[in-house]
Amino acid sequence: MSASVLRVERLRVAYDHPLGAVCAVDDVSFSLRPRERFGLVGESGSGKSTMALAILRLIKPPGHIEAGAVWFEDTALFSLTDEAMRGLRLASIAMVPQGSMNALNPVLRIREQIRDALADHRERLSRREFAARVCELLTQVGLPGEVADKYPHELSGGMKQRACIAIAIALRPKVIIADEPTSALDVVVQQQVMETLGHVQAELGAALILIGHDMGLMAQFVDRLGIMYAGRLVEAAPIGEIISAPRHPYTRMLIDSLPSLERKTGLRGIPGLAPLMRDLRSGCAFHPRCRVAEAGCRTRKPAMRDIADDISVACHRA
Amino acid sequence: MHAVYIVKRFGVFLLIVWIAATLNFFLPRLSGEDPVRTKLLEEASLGGYVHAGIDNMVREYQQRFGLDKPLWRQYLTYLGQISHGDLNYSIANYPRTVVGMITEALPWTIGLLGVTTLFSFAAGTILGALLAWPRAPYWMRWLMPPLWALHAIPFFLLGLVLSWLLAFKLQWLPIFGGYSAGATPALSWGFVFDVLRHAVLPALSIVLVSVGGWALAMRGMMITTMGEDYITFAEAKGLHSATIFTRYCIRNAILPQTTGLALALGQILSGAVLVEAIFGYPGIGALLFQAIEENDFFLIQGIVFTVIVALGFATFVLDVIYPWLDPRISYSQS
Ligand SMILES: Nc1ncnc2c1ncn2[C@@H]1O[C@H](COP(=O)(O)OP(=O)(O)OP(=O)(O)O)[C@@H](O)[C@H]1O
Ligand SMILES: [Mg+2]
Repeated sequence: MSASVLRVERLRVAYDHPLGAVCAVDDVSFSLRPRERFGLVGESGSGKSTMALAILRLIKPPGHIEAGAVWFEDTALFSLTDEAMRGLRLASIAMVPQGSMNALNPVLRIREQIRDALADHRERLSRREFAARVCELLTQVGLPGEVADKYPHELSGGMKQRACIAIAIALRPKVIIADEPTSALDVVVQQQVMETLGHVQAELGAALILIGHDMGLMAQFVDRLGIMYAGRLVEAAPIGEIISAPRHPYTRMLIDSLPSLERKTGLRGIPGLAPLMRDLRSGCAFHPRCRVAEAGCRTRKPAMRDIADDISVACHRA
Repeated sequence: MHAVYIVKRFGVFLLIVWIAATLNFFLPRLSGEDPVRTKLLEEASLGGYVHAGIDNMVREYQQRFGLDKPLWRQYLTYLGQISHGDLNYSIANYPRTVVGMITEALPWTIGLLGVTTLFSFAAGTILGALLAWPRAPYWMRWLMPPLWALHAIPFFLLGLVLSWLLAFKLQWLPIFGGYSAGATPALSWGFVFDVLRHAVLPALSIVLVSVGGWALAMRGMMITTMGEDYITFAEAKGLHSATIFTRYCIRNAILPQTTGLALALGQILSGAVLVEAIFGYPGIGALLFQAIEENDFFLIQGIVFTVIVALGFATFVLDVIYPWLDPRISYSQS
């Protein structure tokens, strides 16, 4: 039935707040093809992590999923039992959470953290098989086997990140969600970790959602890019299209703000501030900062529409 | 490496004991008062007449207690005695030894306060963990207000109220003492039962008051821990919620609790005074109370010394255990 491994349909997630609910993910739809690398960028607070957590049904109060559906292959995730959903995590959809510097339990050795993951997914291995499996996983992410017997605090940031990736691929998932996997690392290590991530993803044949801020990194790494603004997906298109011909004014400004070697005129930012999600007014969330906004943008919310093959954008002016 | 660490920590413990012993020796002597003389004069005046030969008697006692030698000799003798576990004689209860009196009182205190402290810790910690856990049964939420309220009541007040209610009004439990007046201490079922019946009231008031404290602290730590990234990752790993609860949440949240437990255990002896005074319990607190009343100098010194050693020892045990509980604190450091 589906050409996609993961399909998000009109997903809406809100956080309750005494001053009014915050709609952190608002009517987002996209789909992920097998083996595809899908990037997701957006300002801080635009709802990227919330979406990742919602896909795994890990939103905790005061947050809740208000509407929408997520399909993994032919399974509707929101109608699964809790236990079935638990079984699907890691085995089918794995996530490396944001802030992976603290994503490992400080009081357990890496080996035990891998063992927990396997044990709770009914992987019964003999001691020798398990040791071999751990060693293989660590090698896959470019770590020496001794790391298995280390505690997280004995590892560098890059090594921790690799250990997290090793855990994430332990059950050969079909989808990997990496939430800002390299934002705490220096550029060189960042590059190495991304290479590792790309390498294991290709080896598993998994699809990847890469969340981040860095357009440059995305340009090198992903096949398709989604741009989020104030909880909404405003543009999704193949990376080449986004870079060469951004359709949404926000995307255009993001691209323009990238430093480049040819243009030495200093950095260009995007004027204005990201909106407070609580008091989003009617119309397009971006219109106060938009250079091409017209009267209609103030009143009508633009819906996501396909404007060309594989390119969709939510803008009245595109 | 571990052995070196443990030896070092034990050295620190011995150092604490030595400092305590030295302070214990010199501080009272700085006051310039002669405890034996004071004591004897007091007794004499109580008897209604002042003994003519009191100075002779003082000298005799001083010889026996070694108080006639130069200070440094006294100090060395004192250290020698202490290292042999000898804390001198009780002045008021001569010829009973201080060590003898302390070892007689100690089991009562440890039995009552040690057991209740451990029990409150275990119960409070489990309760606190469950109170913070969203999947815990809903009725548990109702436990929180009473626990808070009990925790806020001073222990002795609750003790008095319970005594009044359970011992005086309802007459279910004995109001006073460690065992019935007529009973002879022996290892028989009857005596053990008698002791337990006497322990219920003090134990209940201690547990009721302290469980809330442990539960509150644990709940706070659990909530902090549950917000950590490694819990999100544990959930994303699809672990059973029981695994997350025990191996990821409790395992981390309990670390500060253990520090609290070690300190609480070390403070048992000093905390015993009030408890034992209220319930007439024959432990170390009651002994200290009695020693102060009787002006029993050596006994006071001996008890204070024991308290310091207990605290030092608790810290030592904690130091040895902690790196094993929390790998981030390594045996090789400091
Ligand atoms: N636990 C929470 N309670 C209340 N509001 C929350 C909570 N978590 C997130 N939010 C709100 O949801 C919105 C989206 O947050 P989210 O963490 O998804 O952003 P993000 O795009 O991942 O940002 P970043 O790039 O900084 O990671 C923000 O406005 C934030 O204030
Ligand atoms: Mg985020």
